[in-house]
Amino acid sequence: MSAPDFLVHGATDNVGVVVVETVRAGKQLSGWIMDTDETITIEALHDIPLGHKVALKALSDGDTVIKYGHDIGKVVAPIEAGGHLHVQNCKTKRW
Amino acid sequence: MSQYSFWGYRRENGRVGIRNHVLLLPLDDLSNAACEAVANNIKGTLAIPHAYGRLQFGADLDLHFRTLIGTGSNPNVAAVVVIGIEPGWTQRVVDGIAETGKPVAGFSIEQNGDIATIAAASYKAKEFLQAASEKQREQCDISELWISVKCGESDTTSGLGANPTVGNLIDKLDPLGATTCFGETSELTGAEQVCKGRAATPEAGEKFIDTWQAYMDEVIEPHKTSDLSDSQPTKGNIEGGLTTIEEKAFGNLEKIGKKTSYIDVLEPAEAPGKGPGLYFMDTSSAAAECVTLQAAAGFVVHLFPTGQGNVIGNPIEPVIKLTANPRTVRTMGEHIDVDVSGILRREMNFDGAGDALIDMTLRTCNGRLTAAEALGHREFVLTKLYRSA
Repeated sequence: MSAPDFLVHGATDNVGVVVVETVRAGKQLSGWIMDTDETITIEALHDIPLGHKVALKALSDGDTVIKYGHDIGKVVAPIEAGGHLHVQNCKTKRW
Repeated sequence: MSQYSFWGYRRENGRVGIRNHVLLLPLDDLSNAACEAVANNIKGTLAIPHAYGRLQFGADLDLHFRTLIGTGSNPNVAAVVVIGIEPGWTQRVVDGIAETGKPVAGFSIEQNGDIATIAAASYKAKEFLQAASEKQREQCDISELWISVKCGESDTTSGLGANPTVGNLIDKLDPLGATTCFGETSELTGAEQVCKGRAATPEAGEKFIDTWQAYMDEVIEPHKTSDLSDSQPTKGNIEGGLTTIEEKAFGNLEKIGKKTSYIDVLEPAEAPGKGPGLYFMDTSSAAAECVTLQAAAGFVVHLFPTGQGNVIGNPIEPVIKLTANPRTVRTMGEHIDVDVSGILRREMNFDGAGDALIDMTLRTCNGRLTAAEALGHREFVLTKLYRSA
């Protein structure tokens, strides 16, 4: 495949990481799941900067965010699939 | 010899260095000026000023001495001139370094003044420098190389590309007998149980989790004023897309590879004592503090993956920078030694990236100056455990 727009570490992850500087709302994104070598697509709902996360499914308040196959925090505001997941809607469970 | 070798400086105690510094080491903050004056007199010597060394006590004082003695003992250092305000503690540092067998001399300022001290120390530094300049490199196997790792200004590209590239190198060099070290106690929060499971023995795993818990109980909990959401992850991490400490921790842990286990847990600046293998060291996650402690433990080359672009160097341990962030390569490429951004475009795989990093590590060991060395980054930052008396 050509260069992906986002990468996903593991098959159970519910977020991907944008790896290009050109993601604008409405763009069809191609993603690569590194562990399984699968390709997926999703439509971006927001402009998402390089390095920031895109939700791969709709997530509700209290849901666990999974990356690297592990718990990396909790959802604190609902997110649609294709939305920008960051400090405005996700928080650590540790401190 | 295995498939990898490099040209290093063999020291009196058998350890191998990749640089040949003559160091002007201040015992304390008061002696920085004299050390810098000697460095100005004797071209090619290196002064490493720092902020501490007065009225410390207990474990904090022990760490001060361990760090200074370890820095002088590092095999990247050919010889050392120690300058202190008074002779007692100065001699303690001299005696510690002398155990390596390398040339070392101490000078103290009280009853002499700066000018006479600088003159006497300059004659000795000149003698050490000319002797060191005749030292020849010899071929050494990769099993004689001590490599430390620590990441900084991380972002999500660190966990995707740069950190697993370091992990690939460790997975390849660990079976060949390299000695390696990772640290950053607070930055494993969220991944601490996974990290515990990466120990080679149950004892090492317990030692790790006890170390991590002590950091939480003795440092984080008593001193936090709110949550640490703006400190760990840092503002730079957050700008780069990292949201939580857990996310940062799992990215961090990518640096130790997929199959390598750590064999022991070290105190800050403690030299490894169980032979070749991977070690965890109890350190701060602040870049310069961590690398300073690793250099003081005897590590001679450092691998530093960055996302947003940390510019750190160390005066005695060359710091090799790598990044997978294409924007960082574009905007501050002068700081980057190895560009692995091709991983994000699927133009490069981890095996190829790891080989590229091994190649740059060996070139650096053979004498190539790192970006941080060329740019003059010499961050020497002592870890302080608590306030002085």
